[in-house]
Amino acid sequence: MRAGHEPEAAASETVGRAGTSSREPVRRDHDHGHHHDHHHGASADQFVPELGTDGTLTEEPHAPRPDRTTRDRATAVGEMVGLYTACIAAALVLSALLVEATGGSSTEVFSALLDGSLRGPGRIGDTIGVAVPLLLVALGTIISNRAGLVNIGQEGQLYLGAAFGAYVGTRLDIAGPHVLLLVLVASVLGGALWAGIATVLRYRRNVPEVLTTLLLVTIAAQLVGYGLKNQWLLLAPAEGRSNRQQISEQLDPSTRIGRVTWFGNEFPTSAFVAVVLAIVVAVAMTRTIWGLRLRLLGHNPRTAQRAGVAASRYGGGALLISGGFAGLAGGMMLAGGDFGNYTLVPGFPATIGWTGLLVALVSRQRASVAILIAVVFAALRTGSGFLASTGVERRITNVVQGLLVLALLIPPALLFLRQRRRALNSGRDRT
Amino acid sequence: MDVLSAIGDVLTSDATYINALTFAVFLAFGASGEWVAERSGTLNISVEAMLLGGAFAAAVGMDKTGNELAAVLIAVVAAVAVSAVQANMSHRLAANQFVVGLTLNILVLGLASFLASELSPTTSKASSQRIPLLADIPLIGAALFDRTWMFYLIYAVVPICWWIVFRTRWGLELRAAGENPQSSDVSGIDVNRRRRQGIYVVGITSGLGGAYLVLGAVGQFEDSIVGGRGFIALIAVIFGGWTLRGTIAGCVLFGAVLSFRLSLPALGYQLNGDLLTSLPFVVTIVAMSLFATRVRPPAALAQPFIRGLK
Repeated sequence: MRAGHEPEAAASETVGRAGTSSREPVRRDHDHGHHHDHHHGASADQFVPELGTDGTLTEEPHAPRPDRTTRDRATAVGEMVGLYTACIAAALVLSALLVEATGGSSTEVFSALLDGSLRGPGRIGDTIGVAVPLLLVALGTIISNRAGLVNIGQEGQLYLGAAFGAYVGTRLDIAGPHVLLLVLVASVLGGALWAGIATVLRYRRNVPEVLTTLLLVTIAAQLVGYGLKNQWLLLAPAEGRSNRQQISEQLDPSTRIGRVTWFGNEFPTSAFVAVVLAIVVAVAMTRTIWGLRLRLLGHNPRTAQRAGVAASRYGGGALLISGGFAGLAGGMMLAGGDFGNYTLVPGFPATIGWTGLLVALVSRQRASVAILIAVVFAALRTGSGFLASTGVERRITNVVQGLLVLALLIPPALLFLRQRRRALNSGRDRT
Repeated sequence: MDVLSAIGDVLTSDATYINALTFAVFLAFGASGEWVAERSGTLNISVEAMLLGGAFAAAVGMDKTGNELAAVLIAVVAAVAVSAVQANMSHRLAANQFVVGLTLNILVLGLASFLASELSPTTSKASSQRIPLLADIPLIGAALFDRTWMFYLIYAVVPICWWIVFRTRWGLELRAAGENPQSSDVSGIDVNRRRRQGIYVVGITSGLGGAYLVLGAVGQFEDSIVGGRGFIALIAVIFGGWTLRGTIAGCVLFGAVLSFRLSLPALGYQLNGDLLTSLPFVVTIVAMSLFATRVRPPAALAQPFIRGLK
């Protein structure tokens, strides 16, 4: 999963380039990452003969065709919208059919989902509370993905971040409003530390980060589990909990994230922080030199190296930041109150890390889209709580979510493939 | 020494070997197929979904038909159906393999628990077929040769996986696709096709593994029956350094650790289960970082192949 191979870059180019792609000269040269770049913007009348790899003239100028860019762009956008609509509709119809086939009522199920996530009193607040950590995890993942790194260990980074936060919040004998800040900083450090192991192994020992981050998920779960069995680490003192319960002390009210109520929906103020961070990430990725270098690294490591972007510095930094975001998500889950009632318990991450990774990948590395996807996934999660009244197993929301993701994957993939095929064919015509 | 006597007690008890191998063989079904897929360049995290799909289908098949063979076949069909989604989404449509894998894990868990609550299949543990003489070997005899017939399938699955990967042209092409897809493509190998076929192999073996888990090991289906052990099968391949020998050794080790967690307290010993469980994972990471030249993943592992890019 290298960002350079993501359909995204090419698919978005389809919009503007559909009309011209067939006269784009394509060089099938494996040493060059993106053949688009060589000829981008070179119209036929400015044609400059170019030497092929074998030293011969490979390209002939072609007569320019009438410009149809605007119409093609409209067609392409229409096509994209149509495809997305069709695929999402198909996913929803399939889920409905599944419910109907087993004797349930699909309208009841969808209405219960809506009640549980949006329409019921105060439910929007709950949905926002779940969306916050999803978005934070996704933001970190977007950064590391953009740099071409595959971090799939957010679940562990999040858990360790939450554990660090819980330790600082309940074990250190400090009090006051600044402690909340310390808790969150500790969470960030916890997550970054866990990603840092993968970073060091990636750049010092050349071990693929995709494997180490995955392995570290299990180790994190066992480590925190160990902490929750031992009083000198995280386990709460014996009074105030039942004998075998593995639970940390509750965070002091002064170290909790404040909750606001808007129109009857109560949610933690970390929601604002998450949205601000999403904007920061979006701007940093598209409007700063740092973001450009990260994307360069992700698209073509060799070019990046020649342009002076040190892979260990930028890639390693991106991986650390991504772990930090996952850790922050854990800290905010702990201090926000929507998960575990301000305590750390076994199984605390509740697959938020995995789902956040999915949010990032489905939004195709766009922070703004990630906000929307995070809310949709959070809504499915909170909505499932209301399904009991319909008599349908609550895991049906997993099915809806899974089908939706598959539906969202198909349109960009189809458009990307078609564009690749055109590019290859146009290259073949002239050789 | 308390610890030594504990270890001694454990190592001389038949139950230890039986439990350890139950876990190990279940993992080995998933891992041997997963090994094939990883050699072709797919880090197939939907092995979890395939095992669960196989387990569920085996339970339903057993409930409906009452025939073990039919149940196993149905399990294989279901797991191959899951692998078809993974294969075609990630190696035909070029969607990101981790998105597809994660999604399938969620989707199949949802489907299995939803359908299980609707159909509520009831099954029981399959009876074991004792192999005379071999089963009388002390300690390990009962663990290896007094099992249901599904267990014995592993004796065929592992050699077959090795043979198709190392002794057929297909296997050579598959490994080439995992090491250097660009060169493979130039020499006429359909890289994505080989990778899809690698994923179908995981589907077949995981279907058998899921069926063994439900009918041979647990006896009935519950939605947490796989519960993340698919990931352990995947990690066993990493632990084994992408060799089949090592993978199977990893499965036995992981199986032993998983069963020690259950059997040591039962024998009256306290142990720190968390640290014990994480030990193999730590060892895997350390081995990868220390023996980076020998423990080396296929060069194109987890990298998509799209002709003309790169």
